[in-house]
Amino acid sequence: SSTSHLETPPQRIEKILVANRGEIACRIMRTAKRLGIRTVAVYSDADKDSLHVKSADEAVHIGPPPARLSYLNGSSIVEAAIRSGAQAIHPGYGFLSESSEFAGLVEDKGLTFIGPPTSAIRDMGDKSASKRIMGAAGVPLVPGYHGSEQDIEIMKLEADKIGYPILIKPTHGGGGKGMRIVHSQKDFIDSFLGAQREAAASFGINTILLEKYITQPRHIEVQIFGDKYGNVLHLYERDCSVQRRHQKIIEEAPAPCVTDEFRSHLGQAAVSAAKAVGYHNAGTVEFIVDTITGQFYFMEMNTRLQVEHPVTEMIVGQDLVEWQIRVANGEPLPISQVQVPLSGHSFEARIYAENVPKGFLPATGVLRHYHPVPVSSTVRVETGVEQGDVVSMHYDPMIAKLVVWGENRSAALVKLKDCLSKFQVAGVPTNINFLQKLANHRAFEEGDVETHFIEHHKDDLFVDPNNKEISEEAYDAARLSANLVAACLCEEEHSTLKESHPGGPSLLSIWYAHSPFRVNHHAQSTMELEWENGYDSSSSKPLMLAITYQRDGNYLIQIGENSAHSLEVRASHLGNNSFRVEADGVTMHVSLAVYIKDKMKHVHIWHGPHHHHFRQKLGLELSDEDETQHKTSFETTSHPPGTVVAPMAGLVVKVLVEDGAKVEEGQPVLVLEAMKMEHVVKATSGGYVQGLKVTAGQQVSDGSVLFRVKE
Amino acid sequence: NSPPCIIANPIQRLQTKHFSIGLLPDGVNRNSDSFAQNSDAMERLLSELQSHINKVLAGGGEAAVKRNRSRNKLLPRERIDRLLDPGSSFLEFSQLAGHELYEDPLPSGGIITGIGPVHGRLCMFVANDPTVKGGTYYPITIKKHLRAQEIAAQCKLPCIYLVDSGGAFLPKQAEVFPDKENFGRIFYNQATMSAQGIPQIALVLGSCTAGGAYIPAMADESVMVKGNGTIFLAGPPLVKAATGEEVSAEDLGGATVHCKTSGVSDYFAQDEMHGLALGRNIVKNLHLAGRQGMLNASPSINLDYKEPLYDVKELRSIAPVDHKQQFDVRSVIARIVDGSEFDEFKKLYGTTLVTGFARIFGQPVGILGNNGILFNESALKGTHFIELCSQRNIPLVFLQNITGFMVGSRSEANGIAKSGAKLVMAVSCAKVPKVTIMIGGSFGAGNYAMCGRAFNPNFLFLWPNARISVMGGAQAAGVLSQIEGANKKRQGIQWTKEEEEKFKAKVVEAYEREGNPYYSTARLWDDGIIDPADTRKILGLSISASKNHPLEDTKYGVFRM
Repeated sequence: SSTSHLETPPQRIEKILVANRGEIACRIMRTAKRLGIRTVAVYSDADKDSLHVKSADEAVHIGPPPARLSYLNGSSIVEAAIRSGAQAIHPGYGFLSESSEFAGLVEDKGLTFIGPPTSAIRDMGDKSASKRIMGAAGVPLVPGYHGSEQDIEIMKLEADKIGYPILIKPTHGGGGKGMRIVHSQKDFIDSFLGAQREAAASFGINTILLEKYITQPRHIEVQIFGDKYGNVLHLYERDCSVQRRHQKIIEEAPAPCVTDEFRSHLGQAAVSAAKAVGYHNAGTVEFIVDTITGQFYFMEMNTRLQVEHPVTEMIVGQDLVEWQIRVANGEPLPISQVQVPLSGHSFEARIYAENVPKGFLPATGVLRHYHPVPVSSTVRVETGVEQGDVVSMHYDPMIAKLVVWGENRSAALVKLKDCLSKFQVAGVPTNINFLQKLANHRAFEEGDVETHFIEHHKDDLFVDPNNKEISEEAYDAARLSANLVAACLCEEEHSTLKESHPGGPSLLSIWYAHSPFRVNHHAQSTMELEWENGYDSSSSKPLMLAITYQRDGNYLIQIGENSAHSLEVRASHLGNNSFRVEADGVTMHVSLAVYIKDKMKHVHIWHGPHHHHFRQKLGLELSDEDETQHKTSFETTSHPPGTVVAPMAGLVVKVLVEDGAKVEEGQPVLVLEAMKMEHVVKATSGGYVQGLKVTAGQQVSDGSVLFRVKE
Repeated sequence: NSPPCIIANPIQRLQTKHFSIGLLPDGVNRNSDSFAQNSDAMERLLSELQSHINKVLAGGGEAAVKRNRSRNKLLPRERIDRLLDPGSSFLEFSQLAGHELYEDPLPSGGIITGIGPVHGRLCMFVANDPTVKGGTYYPITIKKHLRAQEIAAQCKLPCIYLVDSGGAFLPKQAEVFPDKENFGRIFYNQATMSAQGIPQIALVLGSCTAGGAYIPAMADESVMVKGNGTIFLAGPPLVKAATGEEVSAEDLGGATVHCKTSGVSDYFAQDEMHGLALGRNIVKNLHLAGRQGMLNASPSINLDYKEPLYDVKELRSIAPVDHKQQFDVRSVIARIVDGSEFDEFKKLYGTTLVTGFARIFGQPVGILGNNGILFNESALKGTHFIELCSQRNIPLVFLQNITGFMVGSRSEANGIAKSGAKLVMAVSCAKVPKVTIMIGGSFGAGNYAMCGRAFNPNFLFLWPNARISVMGGAQAAGVLSQIEGANKKRQGIQWTKEEEEKFKAKVVEAYEREGNPYYSTARLWDDGIIDPADTRKILGLSISASKNHPLEDTKYGVFRM
């Protein structure tokens, strides 16, 4: 290849196939478009109409919804690139982005892989191997044992050397499987054997490594970039300490409470790490920082563009995807290390479709209402979905990344909070409320972050339904929202009637005048709203609202029997889902989303920092048969006691007991998997399992009945 | 003092479509003592009205309402609210029917009636109040039911009967059962209206016993609610007494029996809300039934109307406390008609009757309002104006504030009786919608000439300050005491001055009591007492409701010339 460039000028990339979906595919295409590069999307059956397909110049179908048959199917992706005439493939993140086999295949077919060299991907993919290379290059490592000698006695001695607490970890695999934290010597052997067993079962390889366990760690990573001429620089660090289920949810750059000296040490270490593997293109070196000692240790290197790369882009003012393409084209890095600017502070919040109170379980459904905040030079919304799209069980449930920039950390944080409160999603449960709580937490405001942040502050971040004071406060806020919802819905009805009423031109419009006329009294109506309390579904009691239409067009709204609690509300419809509402002397802006789902009318309201979700019964579904007992929609959704329903949509991986078997309370009955997460479904009470009909490999939908435990 | 005509200079202005030369002046002096006194007096009258209204809105008492709720039944006004189009208006009639009429209170006469739209179609609602004496029919209940049917027949409005009644109130059977305008008339009206293509719909939401059973049976279509709705000629106790058969109400005449077996009812409802939804559906499917070429669709309605220039609330400050004081009816008209524009007819002739053309919510109307005693000229002018309006199919609005026709030798010699007869002839025969509002006194033949109850106006409403009687109390006392004095003298009985005064006071007191608007409205001499500030709205709704029928040619009788 060293001779060929003399004969033909270096071929520049003119068309890129993006081997990914969702926001990252859209993000890559945006930059490509700006550079005049045409784009090719690939899509599975589930993504036929999705935004990344619409954003591309061309799109190629690559298979059915399951990722392993589509987005993980390297050969059909490469074939798509050849068919469409793309010269390069951008893998995005996830899927095949860190597959050295895929990178190799791409190169073998004469295409450009926009990413690091295959060898670097392979070297960094093996945790033990990467640590050996890093150790040799002088990058600090967590004290530990990474030897091939696996004799238990030797391992125990090594553990003594490192000092407790200690972490036992399989060399292969991930996701926390087989990991054990050992606090003292006496527990070592049991934990070690357990880890070995689990590793063997999960990954087929039972080699184990030992590491010092850091009790208060921070997760800080460095963005590095290299070109094909051996130049490597770093673009400062990101703090990704705030995590749930080992997944990041809020990231920021630069890391808070870090000195310039520490920053430059960290950057140097990252550059050394990258150089040690002959790296080029974008990469991230992850470090674990011991907040007690201030020491940092190499954890791993991610050989791809990271999800959270925008926060780096915001503080250095560069487009990293553009850099990736330029480096892939064989250009040198556009700037040198000293030219890298550092300006302000940036946050990224990942907005997921998930069920926070159910342990952040992924959620699926239709995005009935999707109004992200407006973007500006300091606010970015990276998204791959539109209103009406489905968040399916096949892929990651991330809806969007909200990225904000401010002159400094506190200015950026103010913007983050504001944007979160205005980010409107309805139809699927999201973590927005939780992100708001995180962003408003004092420790977070002070930059006092570490990887156990959520666990340490769980009392503040999760609503305890037994806490009377907090649940009372939440209920009051919901009642106010219910009042505003009632006023806005009435006002909307009125403005609809004003435009066209059912009487048509032959009936005088005064019959539909506002407010509705009554002789010597006021028109009244009632509305029943059920508050969907995201944190405590048991407390969702129906609110009975009595609305009196005042002569001046105001609404006097009373919840329940107590007239002392009535509120006079004035609402004006500003168009679409937007209202201006005056209540109790305060005028505010209110947004509403209304949609029908499961024979219920759902109403979401956003005002100030509040977002509430209410349900309303629709017209009754009734039969002409007198034998049929009248059932409300609420009743049809409830199940007999002991019934266990699927907590999420997913795949049944394992069924652990047989139908009819006797089970103890809490005994695992089956295992569900969705979005790489396993969830054990347990017996809710002791008794006999009945109606267990699902089998391994079967797909179940959210809320479907799995079995019933009968005493 | 006549209102100034406001005419802009350029000739073109006069020719534009929207120009009106009949702009009425304000006519109200807000700083005057009388304005304040009138306002205070009306405020007192309105608060009295409100307190009576609040009582009847509560229905038949707490216990009865609670019992009703426990059966998953709504109150009659709530039922109507759920039948009406969402967010629509409802023109209710005679809310104070039965007021202090019987030994026990009978809120709203035990029945709620009114007009409102369902699927864009104006309907007449007749809803029994089961919390008032079990929804049984007192004489006034029947009168109110029949009045609603009369309006429906006159305006060709589909009737929706929300039936929940124990039938006739037996202790008063002599006053409810046998006569022409008694219970049986309800069914007669159903039959004749149905024959005219006016839909008759019954929703059986409660019991429908004995005579009441014919309401759904006579209906074009009927709905029955499971559990609550029953129809039978005789209830279980009577059946047991008569035949010894022991049977539950539901098995005897419940929804299942009547929808499945007997065919007395057509639609089976699982519960009340379902029943009301089915009721709306029936109206939706009426299509053209009862709709025979409506005036409403005529292009004469101006949809782009203007509100009056002056505050309608000031209608509460115009009527004087003292009925002897006159006030210019134009200040009332200025607050009722679109843009306060009133094109007066024969303004300079017969000035005690004001006549002219205007629009109310875009609907053309001809207005006749009293500005004093009716003279020969005023009566002739009124006759002329009614002839104009009926020929042009313009609805008539009568604003009554009349002490009567001029009396005295000169008047009689001029043939006031003849002139009055012409006006009465015109009022009686004009086949255009008529709405009467009594905004002050309504005495003697003036009541007749200005389209009183006997002359079948489509609607008749009272302001709370109104007075109705054959003559004023003082005049009556004068006449009666003269006769009584003459009688006594013939019998040789000495009548002292005190005795005479006592006699007069008694007459005045009786006239005061019987001329009171509550006395009138309790007996259904009208369709309700209204807040003056609502006059424009109620006129708009009333005229709109009365234009649902085809044009009719007016034929007059013999005018005495």
